[in-house]
Amino acid sequence: MASTAIHDTAVLHHHDDHGHDHGHHKETFITKYIFSQDHKMIAKQFLITGIIMAVIAMILSILFRLQLAWPEKSFPLLETFLGSKWAEGGRIKPDFYLALVTIHGTMMVFFVLTAGLSGTFSNLLIPLQLGARDMASPFLNMLSYWFFFTACCIMMASFFVESGPASAGWTVYPPLSALPKAIAGSGTGMTLWLISMVAFIASSLIGALNYISTVLNMRTTGMDMWKMPLTIWAFFLTAIVGVLSFPVLVSAVVLLIFDRSFGTSFYLSDIVVAGQILPNQGGSPVLWQHLFWFLGHPEVYIVIMPALGITSEVIATNSRKPIFGYHAMVYSLIGITVLSFIVWGHHMFVTGMNPFLGGVFMITTLIIAVPSAVKTFNYLATIWRGNLRFTPAMLFAIGLVSFFISGGLTGIFLGNAALDINLHDTYFVVAHFHLVMGAAAIFGMLCGVYHWYPKMFGRLMDERLGYIHFWLTFIGAYLVFFPMHFMGIDGVPRRYYAFTEFAFMQEWLTVNVFITWAAIIAALAQVAFLWNFFYSIWYGKKSSQNPWESNTLEWTAPVEHLHGNWPGEIPSVYRWPYDYSKPGHHEDFIPQTTPFSETMSSNLQHDFEDNPEAELIQQEWERQHAVKSPASEEIK
Amino acid sequence: MDQIPVEDMQSSKARKFLMWLFIISSFMMFAALTSGFIVYTEGNAERGIKVLLPKAFIYSTIIIIVSSITMHLAYISGKKLNFAAQKLYTLVTIVLGIAFFFSQYSAWAVLTEAGAYFVNYNASQSFIYVFTGAHLLHIFAGIIMLIYSLVGKMRNIPQVRNLFRLEVTSIFWHFIDILWIYLYVFLLLNQ
Repeated sequence: MASTAIHDTAVLHHHDDHGHDHGHHKETFITKYIFSQDHKMIAKQFLITGIIMAVIAMILSILFRLQLAWPEKSFPLLETFLGSKWAEGGRIKPDFYLALVTIHGTMMVFFVLTAGLSGTFSNLLIPLQLGARDMASPFLNMLSYWFFFTACCIMMASFFVESGPASAGWTVYPPLSALPKAIAGSGTGMTLWLISMVAFIASSLIGALNYISTVLNMRTTGMDMWKMPLTIWAFFLTAIVGVLSFPVLVSAVVLLIFDRSFGTSFYLSDIVVAGQILPNQGGSPVLWQHLFWFLGHPEVYIVIMPALGITSEVIATNSRKPIFGYHAMVYSLIGITVLSFIVWGHHMFVTGMNPFLGGVFMITTLIIAVPSAVKTFNYLATIWRGNLRFTPAMLFAIGLVSFFISGGLTGIFLGNAALDINLHDTYFVVAHFHLVMGAAAIFGMLCGVYHWYPKMFGRLMDERLGYIHFWLTFIGAYLVFFPMHFMGIDGVPRRYYAFTEFAFMQEWLTVNVFITWAAIIAALAQVAFLWNFFYSIWYGKKSSQNPWESNTLEWTAPVEHLHGNWPGEIPSVYRWPYDYSKPGHHEDFIPQTTPFSETMSSNLQHDFEDNPEAELIQQEWERQHAVKSPASEEIK
Repeated sequence: MDQIPVEDMQSSKARKFLMWLFIISSFMMFAALTSGFIVYTEGNAERGIKVLLPKAFIYSTIIIIVSSITMHLAYISGKKLNFAAQKLYTLVTIVLGIAFFFSQYSAWAVLTEAGAYFVNYNASQSFIYVFTGAHLLHIFAGIIMLIYSLVGKMRNIPQVRNLFRLEVTSIFWHFIDILWIYLYVFLLLNQ
């Protein structure tokens, strides 16, 4: 963009004092692997921490799936591992069941799909795809990871306190969460949950500030906003959503802490616990819902947008076609960003909200279907008649599109204020969000891991294990979540401990057994991934510099990781990132660093929209070579 | 400035931008608190501030506006390489910041005397403490930044870097000035 001319001359300058500033000659184990300020290392730290949290959250889900499928059966093994406090006689206790669903949700939404996804790929790709040596502030970047790590440790610690972890659901609605006496999980576990979330919010905010500032200020020569890969657009807009919504959660959490520990009544009123009337009056529990969902709804877009960005890049690369509707993709992301802030009320249709207000939230919610559908159709149009390469990353990208469609459709039902009266808090909701933001976002993340693994570790992951992983997970996820729609329509509520207590739910027990078996098989499939991931770090096939023949800037950096990413000058950018299979060019990809002067045979007229001089040169060249180039055809 | 490599300039611009982004997120936090106040207070006629705001808030407002002026003077002197004035004005700003602290504290004392406690069944009154308390945390951070840039000046670090610190500090300081005015006007309108 600006100041391009001076930039080049100053780069050599810079590299001399670069060594001075950071002293990367005397890197120790601690500065390289632990308190690293290098964005590539921080990305790997985020990824591996995220994977560990994902495994833990998955094990939690298998535990409560066991309870749902066989509520009467005893598993002595559980008592061996969990002790008699949580699994007396080999059966999960109700308190522990609630803790399991709460912590599973918290970990998946925040630790895996926010920090693990944005943290990994924003850190890895923003500097590499934009041509920057590092983030705007590498120090803050390091701080962001360590806040995240602290948050994870505190959350895990809550399993080891006497009253157990938080159990009020991942949305921790007061008064249940505000009164330590209400349930066991609202004691110390809840306090730890809140502290952990404050650390997590700090981490996310610091990260988001860094991403935005880097994207806006540190792009290389020629990389204007409209030449950025869609991944970067997605990370950038995700960070904006984070900056605007996470502070609101801070406010909500601070008020909840005051209610819990200082005796204020922001959320509390008219409460009777165990026959005792509490003195708190005047508080409004709905206030919490407003504040929470003002973050909570944008949060689901924080989860899905990076996955959509990653998918755009992977689908275009592996279809060997330009992404269909680049501008439409960007504008639909912007549309989702803006709309995400005015739909939070659809989580609160049944709180006694004014029906007129409910109608407003319903309309804004349904409008989100438009940009989402634009993205979906663009993915399909990109794949349409492409030269498809079914790498594991590509399969996961297609898997995301599938989940995004099937989960998104049910969103239209749920966004309806009238239908929501029936569907609210049933398994229909569980099915909806697990498909559209759970499975879809996880698939986006896995797609990113398979695709950029060579960039992170310099080696390739095993493809065959990747295929096994994909098919078992893909089929497993559908088998788990699809039947839940029908349970929800029948009115089965979520979060219930045992289906045996209610006559109308008993007939669903057999379905629960089926779902649990599917979940176990899908969980076992993750072993293939974990083995593949960790084995390949050391023993995988060595990767070439550009294994997927991709256009973006990160593949011009050497395989060996350098502090500063590129030896010598940072490459300049001349074209958009999606010149795949351009007619007239001898290869099916043209990296962003290739100037138009080197691709005279494939240039099109609209490549020169703002540069008549270059267009004249092109026409001159075509006259001399007397070729029937695409450009001259267009002129005719 | 021309001896500074361009990539460093780029990165200092990016780091200055971080401050602006932080201001946005901090503003969002206060926007959430104040809209929380509105949602809460509108819910029921028994809720509301229902107490006269202490006079100390007016003194606080005067103090912080003056401190904003001295902050700006410090920055201007730094730019003109007038080091003595830069140090003096920075110091005055720090003192005014501390005075603001005490002024707010005395306002709390007045409020509790009037029976508007923090732990209160009319949480509209609790909100006053939350607003001012969260704002004081920002003042605290601002004072630390001021001290940091004063120490930088004392240690005689290169003026370019010192000026950068000073500039970032002054952006933040003006923000918390405006933030206080926003909160005060908000409270006055809801009195």
